Amino acid sequence: MFHVTNQPIDLDGLVRFVADPEAGAVATFIGTTRNNNEGRKVMALDYEGYAEMAEKELRRIGEDAKTKWPICRMAITHRLGPVQIGEASVIIAVSSAHRDAAFAACRFAIEEIKKTVPIWKKEVFEGGEVWIGTQTGQRLDPS
Amino acid sequence: MKVRVKFFAILRERAGTSEAAKEMAEGSTVADLWRQLQKDYPKLDVPGIRLLYAVNQDYVGVDHKLKDQDEVVFVPPVSGG
Repeated sequence: MFHVTNQPIDLDGLVRFVADPEAGAVATFIGTTRNNNEGRKVMALDYEGYAEMAEKELRRIGEDAKTKWPICRMAITHRLGPVQIGEASVIIAVSSAHRDAAFAACRFAIEEIKKTVPIWKKEVFEGGEVWIGTQTGQRLDPS
Repeated sequence: MKVRVKFFAILRERAGTSEAAKEMAEGSTVADLWRQLQKDYPKLDVPGIRLLYAVNQDYVGVDHKLKDQDEVVFVPPVSGG
């Protein structure tokens, strides 16, 4: 299950989805929005996505993870639109027979999301807003 | 041939639109299209920006040859998570 959504993400739904009688472990990762970044007081984050391709890339990450670790099931949901401080922007759930594979695949998935999935985060802070660009480590100020 | 372009994030703001249709010569590449778009939308030229290129929802190289009705997206630095 690899989705983007404009609604709050349902952690229990993802955990239920990856449930598997062969699994002895379920690892989850929740990315949440933080109230500060590089010294700025962040008010909110606004995510924009190329939805069709983002879901395709999330599926690709799931397939890659399956070739690297013996996992049972994986689910990823990424939020789009405005996300308030403290809410989840992304949740990953992975099940596997033993915990090592679930932890490793979960870590892999969030690192890959930050590299290849066409989703962009605009940070709204006190006194301005900025598109965050983690691919190059640079920040691009909209004119 | 005609291709469809979608703009996202900083490029959407710079272009002032989220979509464009563009008539291109047969055999044109992603790089050719980008040069044309920069003429149509001068603000698209963001200094130092590193783009990725997607055609029909797959990443491609800048020399990828376009086909009629392709959907092309110039992907600014992603920042999901």
